[in-house]
Order: sequence, then structure tokens, then C-alpha cells
Amino acid sequence: MSRIQVITIVINCVFIGYIARLITKGKLREEYAIVWCICTVILVVFSFWTKGLNLMSKIFGVFDPPNLVFTAFIFLILIYLLHLSVVSSKSQHSITRLTQEMALLKEKIKKTEDKDQPF
Amino acid sequence: MTKILIIIPCYNEGNSLPLILEQLLHLKLPAHYKMEIAVVNDCSKDDTKWVAGLYPVILLDLLVNLGIGGAVQTGFLYARDNGFDLACQIDGDGQHPPWELLKLLEFYDQTKTNVIIGSRFLDEGGFKSSFARRLGIRYFHRLNQLLTGGNIYDSTSGFRLFDKTGIALVAEKYPDEFPEPASLVLFSKYGLSVKEVPVIMSERLAGKSSIRNFVSVYYCIKVTISMLFIFIRKA
Repeated sequence: MSRIQVITIVINCVFIGYIARLITKGKLREEYAIVWCICTVILVVFSFWTKGLNLMSKIFGVFDPPNLVFTAFIFLILIYLLHLSVVSSKSQHSITRLTQEMALLKEKIKKTEDKDQPF
Repeated sequence: MTKILIIIPCYNEGNSLPLILEQLLHLKLPAHYKMEIAVVNDCSKDDTKWVAGLYPVILLDLLVNLGIGGAVQTGFLYARDNGFDLACQIDGDGQHPPWELLKLLEFYDQTKTNVIIGSRFLDEGGFKSSFARRLGIRYFHRLNQLLTGGNIYDSTSGFRLFDKTGIALVAEKYPDEFPEPASLVLFSKYGLSVKEVPVIMSERLAGKSSIRNFVSVYYCIKVTISMLFIFIRKA
């Protein structure tokens, strides 16, 4: 086992442990954690299975194996970023609705209070 | 009796608000109209909220800054939930002289159009805005013609009168950031009738337009995208 393999495996384990901790503490929702877990699992698999990368690049017809890594991960990251934009748009929409509803309710409460206590 | 709600979206308009409210409250509407004023305070950093509290108006106070679209929509929601027959947006910066409202109402009485837009370009006189801005307005005019088949010149005008059908639609869906041109596509999509009435607008009393220099390029792109997507979205 080469040195870089050991380093990768250790880092992956720490990473998975950290994600698990975040989920148990309720700081990370499971749906977002899935992507991170899958990524780490893939990394772990390839750090054990060193010939796998060469095999994969042959299957995909990529000349230089590292290029496959970069392409695959950039693609994954892009997809994930898109997903995050969707999530943030959704929460922005919710915030808008909440704020509007709150303003309307505040007005309603004020109106009722004024009616109850005529000065 | 026709109930009409005046919606004034405000972001840091504490300086110009008193004059507009003063003018509005002294405005003589035809006898069958009953007017109420809703000031929407879009999380202003100045004393807008306090100023509005001095007048007999409905104050809708937003805790988070939503931008013009979200602010105006709050007013529409209020109008819908409280059974108003008409709602009119008047900007808080004094660009829309309140007495011009009478022209919109007169036109409404004659035609019962769903959405009536006060336009700067159908008549002579008044404040006409800069060259670049006019260029942008012409661009949106063309784009609107293409997407809606309608012929609205002043698609960026926020001075608009909605009837009940219009209120129901915009309370439900309204573009958030630069809503005026994009909402025209929405109206045509839902089959509302839209007409323009010439009005005379004045220069803003205080504050700055939300659309300036390098923001304007972003504005054009964003509005174009939002118009195209409202156009292809299913009604």
C-alpha cells in the first residue's frame, strides 16, 4: 500500500466521521448528506482499488486516468451547485411568503386591538 | 360602492412619503369610491414606518427586505383578503402624482379593464427620463409585443390599477425583483385585459431609482429571462 493511499483512506474516514457527527447533531439534513456520503464512498473504493481508475478510464475512453477524476468530480460539483441553487431559491420563496403573512397578521392584530380598546 | 386600495411600497421613503400621503388623503374621488391606503414598509432603514404611523393608513410592515415585487404583492394579498374591488400601486418616491389616479379610475369606469397602466409615453408633457432608460423601455416594448401580442408602451411603469381578477392573479404570483415588464407576460398568459392611459409623471422627490447604471444591464438580462420563462411556463 503506497503512502498516498493511506493518506486518502485516513482523510476519507475522518470526513465520513465528521458528516455523521453533523447529522447526529442535527446540523446537516440527511438529504444533503447523501451526496457527500456517496462521494466519500467512491473515494474510498478507488483508494483501495488502485487499478480501478485505469480500468475506468479505459472503459470511458479517457487517455489519461487523472483526467477522468477531474471531469467526473467537476461534473458532480456542478450538479450539486445547481441543487444548492434550487434549495436556496425554495427557501427564499418561503421567506417571502412568511414575511408577507407576518406583515398581514401584524396589521390584523393591530386592528383588533384598536377595536377592543377605544380611547 | 367600490372599495379601492392604494398600495404604496416604500423603501427608505421617509422624506417623500408625507407629501404623497397628504395629497392622497385630500384627493377627491368620485362618490362611489371608498379609498384606503396601505403603506408597505419594505424593511426601511430610515423613519418610514414612523412617518406612516402618523397618518390614517394601513401599515404593512415587512421584517425582511423583499424588494419591490414582494412588497407590492403584500399589498395585493391584503386587498384580496379584505375584499377590495380595486388596487392601485403608487410608488413612494413621488413619481406618480396621486391626482393622475383619477384618469385611471375614469378609464376603468368606462371600460372595466382588468389592468390599467399609467403610461408616460402616450401624452406630451411631464418627466420623461433619460435616453438610456428610454432605450431600455423601447426594448421591453418590442419584447412584450413579441411575447404577448399586446401593445403596451410603458412596460416599466409601476403606476397600475388592478380590478378583482387582476388582484387575485398578482396576489398569487408576482415576479419578485423587477416585476413590471415581466408581469405583462403573466397578464396576457391568464387572459387579462391590459390597457394604457396617458398620465403625467414627475421626477422622484427623493431617493434613487432601483435601476441605475451597471444595475441596468443586470436588470435587462434578468427581466428578459423572467419574461421568457413566464411565457413558456404553463398557465
